[in-house]
Amino acid sequence: MSDLDAFRLETRAWLEKNCPPEMREPIRSDKDIVWGGRNQSALTEPQKTWLDRMGTRGWTVPDWPAEYGGGGLSPAETKVLREEMTRLRARNPLNSFGISMLGPALLKYGNEDQKREHLPKIARGEIRWCQGYSEPNAGSDLASLATSAEDAGDHFVVNGQKVWTSYADQADWIFCLVRTDRSSKQGGISFVLFDMTSPGVSTKPILLISGYSPFCETFFDNVKVPKENLVGTLNKGWDVAKYLLGHEREMISGMGLANTGGNPLIDGALAAVGVDADGRLADPLLRAQIALFEVRSRAFAAQSERFIDELKAGRTHPAQPSMMKYYGTELNKTRHELMMAAGGSDALEWESERSGGGRPARTWLRTKANSIEGGTSEIQLNIVAKRILELPG
Amino acid sequence: MPLFLNDEQTMLRDSARAFVNEHAPVAHLRRLRDAKDPAGFDRGLWKQFAEMGFTGILIGEPAGGLGLGHVEAGVVLEEIGRNLSASPFLTTAVGAVAALEGSAQAERWYPGILAGDSVAALAIDEGPKHRATVGMRAERAGNGFRLSGTKQFVTHGHVADLLIVAARTAGGADDADGITLFAVPADAPGLTVGPERLADSSIAARLSLDGVTVDADAVIGDVDGGRAPLDRMLRAVRTGAAAELLGVGGGAMDMTIGYLQQRKQFGVTIGSFQALQHRAAHLYAEMEVARAAVLKAQQLLDAGDADADAAVSVAKAMTGLATTLAVQEGVQMHGGIGMTDEYDIGFFMKRARVLAEMFGDTHFHADRLAREAGY
Repeated sequence: MSDLDAFRLETRAWLEKNCPPEMREPIRSDKDIVWGGRNQSALTEPQKTWLDRMGTRGWTVPDWPAEYGGGGLSPAETKVLREEMTRLRARNPLNSFGISMLGPALLKYGNEDQKREHLPKIARGEIRWCQGYSEPNAGSDLASLATSAEDAGDHFVVNGQKVWTSYADQADWIFCLVRTDRSSKQGGISFVLFDMTSPGVSTKPILLISGYSPFCETFFDNVKVPKENLVGTLNKGWDVAKYLLGHEREMISGMGLANTGGNPLIDGALAAVGVDADGRLADPLLRAQIALFEVRSRAFAAQSERFIDELKAGRTHPAQPSMMKYYGTELNKTRHELMMAAGGSDALEWESERSGGGRPARTWLRTKANSIEGGTSEIQLNIVAKRILELPG
Repeated sequence: MPLFLNDEQTMLRDSARAFVNEHAPVAHLRRLRDAKDPAGFDRGLWKQFAEMGFTGILIGEPAGGLGLGHVEAGVVLEEIGRNLSASPFLTTAVGAVAALEGSAQAERWYPGILAGDSVAALAIDEGPKHRATVGMRAERAGNGFRLSGTKQFVTHGHVADLLIVAARTAGGADDADGITLFAVPADAPGLTVGPERLADSSIAARLSLDGVTVDADAVIGDVDGGRAPLDRMLRAVRTGAAAELLGVGGGAMDMTIGYLQQRKQFGVTIGSFQALQHRAAHLYAEMEVARAAVLKAQQLLDAGDADADAAVSVAKAMTGLATTLAVQEGVQMHGGIGMTDEYDIGFFMKRARVLAEMFGDTHFHADRLAREAGY
């Protein structure tokens, strides 16, 4: 037996033993997603247990180095772990912007002290991070951001406003782009970290069309940020920002993947429309649309696997996450349009218990942000055209 | 196993790319077409394919082949697609080899395929659309069988030494089982072969079997048990056609991007226009997704995985979608020149249409996946 096969058996046995049965159920509501952070009072016991066991093993971040709280696994072992978790239908023990965005940036650009301070806390889900990127006048043109950080000796003084800060009102720390030089656009941006409980930080949730408030406006009024919290070089934050955006896009592209537990689109359509005498979905036009969607969805699942395999082997084009983000988010929007079409008027209910408080409709509306956040679809297409296809302009 | 080519497969790709591009580029197809070549392909080139070892990719080492898999066969097919090479590779070195695998007929036909002397054609379709079922009847007659009925879209059927024919020995036309697969020699009495040139200038035959009598040893596998070799063959050629489509779409896309980088209007390169950039980038995304689907199907087939069958349908359906987009965008973005026979992009459009139809189109495979998923 190869080492990898042995690792698979070992991993399978460990997961079987340590993953609580509740953590193998499909995700039904936002409460089922664990984000970690200082305030963990809302977590259930199985959620805490699963996070603790996986975090202790470093398997919340299996391919990070063990010295920073990771699992120290090779790309092949990481893939095996992912496959075995899927096989068991195990939930992700921890969802976090620290894992999917900040961590990779710190591993590449952070200094030793920053890595030792922040990475293990991300791995164990002790600190929840938010992302201070977009501003009211810096959306698609992100590099025109104006939030300033003035040099005040041993610290910076940060003033300005961010917007679309995901879960800023629940986050413990923020990674933030600030302007440290007004004479250069991209070349005057720095990347800093600070505690959201710092004096002068305030947040205001934004009510969205879904009726939810996952995003905030975030205000900084003379916030003191110690200089040791600067990541990378002063005025070179745009490099860190772009690198991190690649990881953000990779994460968002994952929304194009169907959930591991069942297929809610097909199950929902069967429940709502029923089948004809041949066992086919009784609405032939809806069936055709779903069937063609499923071709793309399954092909994209293969592409996601290929993308990760190539990424781990250092074989991807640096702009490939833009393609993934574009395709995955457009797919996810289509999936939810079809789910609404399949669900009919049942799916329109906004508050009823039977609809889980309007989950189908609210989720459908939420997906409309997928192709806007993290860079719009149009920005991704610009990037693919210029950097991968090498078209001019 | 990671979802990208390993070092050996990459080396094979490089050598196939160089070989096919040198010996069978689009200009080669154009010459065959313009000369109204009655075979539709070059037998000398087929011998060269054999000398390169390509025709033995799927034949096991004990039988004298390379003992490789569908990933490797696909590597060659993608280059065939990219160059629109006229070649019986798909029907012979993939389809017939897969159908005959493990049967007594393999000993008879593998040496000719390995040597590049034999060409095989696959007689499956009985109407203008590929179907999952087989209606043609084969009645028991003496020591063997008598086959009656018609087949169509039998590529290379007019020059094939070996015809693989699916016929029904039991059950009704819509039954999955009761099929027997036959190896019918080209000179069998009662067989009429009508070659038809298709839109892409390839030649496919309409077969009329009027009481064609074959011996019992013409049966591939078991009587009434043809479903297994037929499915094995279909999985192989569907995956192969998907790989070839990937090459056609990739070739069309590369030509088109090249044109966008070079053509000037309004004093600038047209590739600087965002309207075209976004369409080109969208096309790139579709082709990347199609590439992953094809490689996934090939790897699962080679691993003997139970999920391979569904992955094959995903690959054929997805490459149909992506490559159809690639050739449509290709002609449109080339503008007027794209409509001329002199320019190659139209050849890509024609080949894509033929391959998209072959062994089940996107709708056939999407429907198949839907049934399997229970809706």
